[in-house]
Amino acid sequence: MPGVKRRRNASPLPGLGLTLGTTILWLSLIVLIPLAAVFLKSVSDGPQTFWSAAMSPRAIAAYRLSFGAAALAAAANCVFGLLIAWVLVRYRFVGKRLLSALIDLPFALPTAVAGIALTALYADTGLLGRIFSKAGLPIAYTPSGVVVALAFIGLPFVVRTVEPVLAELSSEPEEAALTLGATRLQTFLRVILPAVAPALATGFALAFARGAGEYGSVIFIAGNMPFRSEIAPLLIITHLEEYNYAGAAAIACVMLLISFTVLLALNAIQHWRQRRSA
Amino acid sequence: MTAAGLREPKAVKALLIAAAVAYVLIMLVLPLGTVLIEALKEGWAAWWTSIGDPDARASIELTLLVAAIAVPLNTIFGVAAAWAISKFDFPGKAVLVAFIELPFSVSPVVSGLVFVLIFGAQGWVGPWLADRDIHIIFALPGLVLATLFVTFPFVARQLIPLMTAQGRADEEAALTLGASGWQTFWHVTLPNIRFALLYGVLLCNARAMGEFGAVSVVSGHIRGKTNTMPLQVEALYNDYSFVAAFAVASLLCLLAIVTLALKSALEWRHRDQLAAVH
Repeated sequence: MPGVKRRRNASPLPGLGLTLGTTILWLSLIVLIPLAAVFLKSVSDGPQTFWSAAMSPRAIAAYRLSFGAAALAAAANCVFGLLIAWVLVRYRFVGKRLLSALIDLPFALPTAVAGIALTALYADTGLLGRIFSKAGLPIAYTPSGVVVALAFIGLPFVVRTVEPVLAELSSEPEEAALTLGATRLQTFLRVILPAVAPALATGFALAFARGAGEYGSVIFIAGNMPFRSEIAPLLIITHLEEYNYAGAAAIACVMLLISFTVLLALNAIQHWRQRRSA
Repeated sequence: MTAAGLREPKAVKALLIAAAVAYVLIMLVLPLGTVLIEALKEGWAAWWTSIGDPDARASIELTLLVAAIAVPLNTIFGVAAAWAISKFDFPGKAVLVAFIELPFSVSPVVSGLVFVLIFGAQGWVGPWLADRDIHIIFALPGLVLATLFVTFPFVARQLIPLMTAQGRADEEAALTLGASGWQTFWHVTLPNIRFALLYGVLLCNARAMGEFGAVSVVSGHIRGKTNTMPLQVEALYNDYSFVAAFAVASLLCLLAIVTLALKSALEWRHRDQLAAVH
């Protein structure tokens, strides 16, 4: 940037007061004050009540399922997301545009619709469920169903994060590797994979954060048995239906804290990416 | 042309493409197809009867109404936020952007919960509202608030990087030539960002119409009154009215397909005007 000074130069454009005021007001009303309500409500009956609701064995089992299934699904999406991104960036083939457009289906399809469709598909009588249950691996109404639903939801996060990075990768390091006698597979593992690793990590974190809080696509296929196939968001709803607001808020609080930690980690990864590319 | 050593053998390439296409077919296309097949299992007449049911009709109208209120509000907010953030320098900008994106990392269920904690029967202002016969939770205002929360970042997030990259030279020129602030916005800024704006509105609308978790918490599930389409799908599914559930779901699939088609068309034709980065 030419002529950068420490002092910021004032913008001659009008509207800062109006637009910034609107932004802060709207942000506070719709997002910040409501979110603050969760934290305040969760401790409204004292720390003892908070702790027993947030850390009850049933809640722990629900966190384990929500975050564990989200991690497994995000890991699977890293493998298949990288494969799809690779194919979209490096190869030309018939139907590529359609394939690319389809990747975003989980963003556009309402989660409840995905939920009932996956359940119909993976139930013991369903097209795919039949095969799996014959093999002794029923998917619908088990924790595996949760992983399948989250794998559906998370795919575009990984593909769309890795794709642009893969597309901008310079061919020089690959050429150098070839000259030095590396095989194509060695080049992929030692040159390309490390270069897209930060993007993969970002995609993983995004898919993980989305999956951990996911509700609509999961509840139909999960079975919703306490301690076994009950996800944390469902436990929040159960508490709400029992008018146990503080209990619901306590679990929401734990989930928010974990997502915010992931968000911070994500910022750290992005920082790392920028430093590497600089 | 790249050297042969920089490309995978033909067989490997074919295998990778086949694997990517197979994964997308099984994971994404099959669920979509399942909805359409299940919806039409008993023929078009049964489909039409399911769509024509008064409760289904009411859910369609409610979904359209909620989106018609929430999407314009968040669009105005998104443009205002992007204007303030991209055209001016002020301290705390990074924090503001992080706060705007916050709803993306909050579970939909928690997004609904926050409003129950404030406006619900045992919430902060719940009793006060009940005395005055004002209904927010289990009524339209609650549905709108929850939808506003989950769709909060869509438009702003699309515009901020683009408008930051475009800078403020065009606007400064217009002002120098004597245009007013509003004239500058309508005739200079808006044409520069129209495709990105459309893109953001499109995604915002898809999410607003398809949202499930957040509205599920605040709706109360009163059929014909507070059930949006995704909630109606759940209600019918839980009644074992599968054909009716999939019929309403098929309309939401249509919304997803139209959204994806428009989104892809925008990406192919106006890629350069959607985001200035990459």
